[in-house]
Amino acid sequence: MSASTQRMSVNMMWLLLVILVLWQCLYWLIGDVALRAPAATLRFTAHFVATESFKLHLAETTKAFVLALLLAVFSGLAIGFTLGLKHFARDIFEPVLIAVYSVPKITLYPILLLVFGLGLSAKVAFGAIHGLIPVALFTLNAVRNVKPVYLKAARVMGLPTGETIRLIIFPSALPEIFSGLRIGFSLTLIGTLLGEMFASQRGLGFLLMNAIGLHNVDVIVMLTFLLVGFAALAGLGLMLVHQKILARG
Amino acid sequence: MTKAGLIRLLLIVLFVLGLEGLVRVGRIDPLTMQAPHKMVQDLGAILYSGKFNKAIAKTLGNAATAFVIAITAGIAAGLVIHRLKRLRETLDPLFATYYAIPVFAFYPLLILILGLGDAPQIFIGVMLGFVAVVVNTLNGIDRVPRVLLKVARVNGMGRFETALKITLPSAAPYILTGMKFAVAYSLIGVIGAEFIMSTGGMGYEISFAYNNFDNATMYPLILIILFVSISINMLISRWEQVLLVRRGLK
Repeated sequence: MSASTQRMSVNMMWLLLVILVLWQCLYWLIGDVALRAPAATLRFTAHFVATESFKLHLAETTKAFVLALLLAVFSGLAIGFTLGLKHFARDIFEPVLIAVYSVPKITLYPILLLVFGLGLSAKVAFGAIHGLIPVALFTLNAVRNVKPVYLKAARVMGLPTGETIRLIIFPSALPEIFSGLRIGFSLTLIGTLLGEMFASQRGLGFLLMNAIGLHNVDVIVMLTFLLVGFAALAGLGLMLVHQKILARG
Repeated sequence: MTKAGLIRLLLIVLFVLGLEGLVRVGRIDPLTMQAPHKMVQDLGAILYSGKFNKAIAKTLGNAATAFVIAITAGIAAGLVIHRLKRLRETLDPLFATYYAIPVFAFYPLLILILGLGDAPQIFIGVMLGFVAVVVNTLNGIDRVPRVLLKVARVNGMGRFETALKITLPSAAPYILTGMKFAVAYSLIGVIGAEFIMSTGGMGYEISFAYNNFDNATMYPLILIILFVSISINMLISRWEQVLLVRRGLK
C-alpha cells in the first residue's frame, strides 16, 4: 500500500466515523418518529435483506439498472466517438447535448411512460437517458483532445480507421472517458431509482415510496442506508480504478 | 450565425415538423404525444388564463431559494475549507464520491423529518448544488496567482478584505462554473422532489396531469420547464465565456 492510499484510507475512516456520530446525534435529536439509530438500522437491515419479497424487488431494480447502464455506456460511447471524429457533426450536435444535460429529465418521464407504457422498458429508457449524455459528452471531449501527433503517426503508418480507434484513440482518451463513465454510472442509478419512485409497481424505489405511504420508518431508513451505501461503495471502487488508469497514463 | 448553427436550427425545425406530420397522419396516437402546434396553443391558453401561475411561482421560487442557499453556503464553505488543510484532506473522499449518491433516496426521510412543505424540496436542491459550488470554489481559490496574494499582504489587507477583494474576484470564472451546476441542480432537485411527492408546484401539476391523461396541461408545462432551464443555462454559459475571454483563458 502506497503512502497516498494509506492516507486516503485513514481519511475515509475518519469520515465514516464522523458520519456515524452525526447520524446518532440526529437520532437523539429527532427520535423514533422519523429516524432510527445506526445500530437499529443495521439490525433491521440484516433481518430484512433475507426476506423473499426484498430479493424480488432487488432483482427487479438490478435488472433495470444493469440494462440501463449497458444501454447508456454503449450508445454514449458510440455517439461520443462518432461526434468526436467528425468535426462538423460535433459542431452541430454538441450544444444540443449540453442543453439536454441541463434539463431536469424527470419532466420527460411522463412522455417516456406514455411511449413505452408502465413497466421495465420505461424505467430502463429513463435510466439510460440520464447516463448516456455525460458518457457521450466526456467521450467526445476526450476524442477531440487526442494529441494530433498521435493521429499523424497513425496516418503515416497507414493504420485503417478501426485500428486507429482501437490502438491509438481509445487508449489515449481512456482516462477522460472514464470520468464520463463514473458520472454516467451514478446518474443511471439515480435515473432508474427515480423512475421506480414516480411510477412503478416493483423495485427498491417503489418499496421506498410504499414505505412513505405506510409511514414505515424502519424500511425508509434501511433503504436509504442500503442505496446510499451501495452507491458510495461503487463510486469509491470506480474512483480507485480511475486513479489506477490515471497513474498508468 | 455559423453554418453549423444554421444546420442545427434546420434539423430542430425538421424534427418539430416531422412530429407534427406523424401526429396528423395518425402514426402517433394523440393520447401519447400531441401535435406541436397544439402544445403551443395550449401553452398560450395556460399562460393567458393564469391557472398555473401559483405552481410556476412556487417551483421557480423554491429553486431560486435553493440556488441562493447553495451558492452562499457553498462559497463560504469553500473559503473556510481552503484554510483548513486537515479538514480538506478528510473531506476529499466525500467530494470525490458525493455525486455517486442518489440524493433523491433521502427525500422520504426528509419528508418525515421536515414535513411535507417547501422545506424538503429546497433541501434536496441545496444538497445537489452545494457540493458542486464548494468543489469549484476550492478549485478556483487554488488557482489564485501568488502575486495577487502578495499584493494583498503588501497593502496590509486583513483576511476578510483579502477574500472579498482578491480571492473571490480572481476565482470568479471557476465559481461561475459552480453556479452553472447549482442552477441546473436546484431546478432538478426541486422539480424531481415535486414529482415524487408534494402538495403543489410544476412537477406536481405535471404528474397530476399525467395521471389524468390531461395532455393539454402536461405538455405545455413540460415546455415551460425545458425553456426555463435551457435559457438560464445558456445565459450563464455566455457570461462564463465573456469572463474567460477577458482573462485570456480562452
